Amino acid sequence: MDERDLLLLQLLEENSRLTTQDLAVMTEMTPEEVSARVAALEASGVIRSYTAVIDWEKAGNGEVSAIIELKVNPERDYGYDRIAERIARFRQVRSLRLITGTYDLQLTVTGRNMQEVARFVSEYIAPMDRIRETATHIIMKTYKENGRTFCEKEEGERIPYSL
Amino acid sequence: MRDFVSRKAREIPPSGIRRFFDLALTMDEVISLGVGEPDFSTPWNICEASIYFIEQGGTSYTPNRGIKPLREALSRWLRDHYGLSYDPETEMIITTGVSEGLDIAIRAIVDPGDEVLVAEPCYVSYSPCVTLAGGRPVPVPCVEKDRFRLNPDRLMEKISKKSKALVMNFPNNPTGAVMGKEDLRAIADIVCDHDLVLVSDEVYSELTYSGSHVAAATVGDLAHRTITLNGFSKAYAMTGWRIGYLCAPQEICDAALKIHQYVMLCAPVMGQVAALEGIRRGEEEKDRMVREYRVRRNLFVEGLNRIGLSCHRPEGAFYAFPSVAETGLSDQEFAEGLLLEEHVAVVPGNVFGSGGEGHVRCAYAVSREDLARALQRMEEFVSKCKKKAIPLVRSGNHS
Repeated sequence: MDERDLLLLQLLEENSRLTTQDLAVMTEMTPEEVSARVAALEASGVIRSYTAVIDWEKAGNGEVSAIIELKVNPERDYGYDRIAERIARFRQVRSLRLITGTYDLQLTVTGRNMQEVARFVSEYIAPMDRIRETATHIIMKTYKENGRTFCEKEEGERIPYSL
Repeated sequence: MRDFVSRKAREIPPSGIRRFFDLALTMDEVISLGVGEPDFSTPWNICEASIYFIEQGGTSYTPNRGIKPLREALSRWLRDHYGLSYDPETEMIITTGVSEGLDIAIRAIVDPGDEVLVAEPCYVSYSPCVTLAGGRPVPVPCVEKDRFRLNPDRLMEKISKKSKALVMNFPNNPTGAVMGKEDLRAIADIVCDHDLVLVSDEVYSELTYSGSHVAAATVGDLAHRTITLNGFSKAYAMTGWRIGYLCAPQEICDAALKIHQYVMLCAPVMGQVAALEGIRRGEEEKDRMVREYRVRRNLFVEGLNRIGLSCHRPEGAFYAFPSVAETGLSDQEFAEGLLLEEHVAVVPGNVFGSGGEGHVRCAYAVSREDLARALQRMEEFVSKCKKKAIPLVRSGNHS
């Protein structure tokens, strides 16, 4: 991993639809070099996937998301890993992290409505062995996601010419 | 009634783009590559620092030179980044933008009748400031053949017994040219031999894409005779805050300070506090913006050459300066036609002085999406120009 890899990653994180040709011009490399580097970054798992940041609220599909925090008794030899792997297998779980503080694991869950999210937590997550406590926070509004702000704001008007 | 306007005020030319400005304001969907400022907003931590300061009641005058922590931080920063050595107590003034710095620098050194060499193309205020100070601006053209660097031979041609100073700006607005250490050494010899003062506007210094910026005052014996001007507008996306700084040997700095205290008193305190946050904790955001400019430069310059507007690769600032010769139009005609027909605003090179004719300045400090759209429209315009030009060229064969 060098400066050029880093630049490729930053550019792709901002816009994963950039073509190899564009990336080559932008980074002052040949298309072949860009292809080789991106392939290596994919193969090593540094690039996990190419995705879009979607404002689902705007898309209007009515889905509900919640942040759920869990207190977990860690397992000898495995710590939090095994239970985290089990939780991560649920399709409803969008992200999962081990965190410091009052709670141990934090996940985001998406469902068709609030009942579905609540049912998922009470029927699948809460009853798992080793989970001592859950706290569910329904997300009311997303202002920023993956470095992108969702709120529409008035930009200050730029003048057309200045020297 | 007599004419109330002074001779000098009458003498200085009006802005070369006023007409374009008014025209653009009447049009829809204009993509402007005509703006000499970053498209980024000021990094938020810088804004926060200033907002917090205002909330605490920080709305007063500051010392004439500017707030001490800012001068001290700048002095360290200039030493660490460029190897410059300026005493924050005696050799530095925080100015209201580099514009003010340039004005008081010129007024501090120019007597009526003095000639001031101005490396052109350049920012439009240099010559008028010289005129207002009673001096006579003497343009020294920097040409495409030299990749718009200042050529020592051309400089020599313009030097006379009356020459007092040289004003130059690298990385350059509008050409994006930079001067390396060797380039500067040749200029330094001439400046020293002829006992000139060098006024070096380095406001684009942090926007240097290959290698690192060489501050003029670090070359040869220039330190004793150089006024270094710099500021926060470009690198930190802080144009509206109006914060620049002037660094010079004490004797010159004292003179500039007298003028500064009478005409400006001090730079705005909100801007000074913001600048302090920028210099202390703005590095990362600045680097991020510089990285983006470089990416855009690569895309845009490649695009210009692809559509037939030949363009040298600018090594600094955020301007591309392509030649419009291929279209058969003058820079003025090209800029006007492009605005009227394709709604893309660029600035004709002639407004930046000699050496600029036949080129247009395109600021690539706009989003990549807008750059791509602008290129499409420019391509359209260029191909229309070429179609029109063909019958003229070939008329002899077809008659």
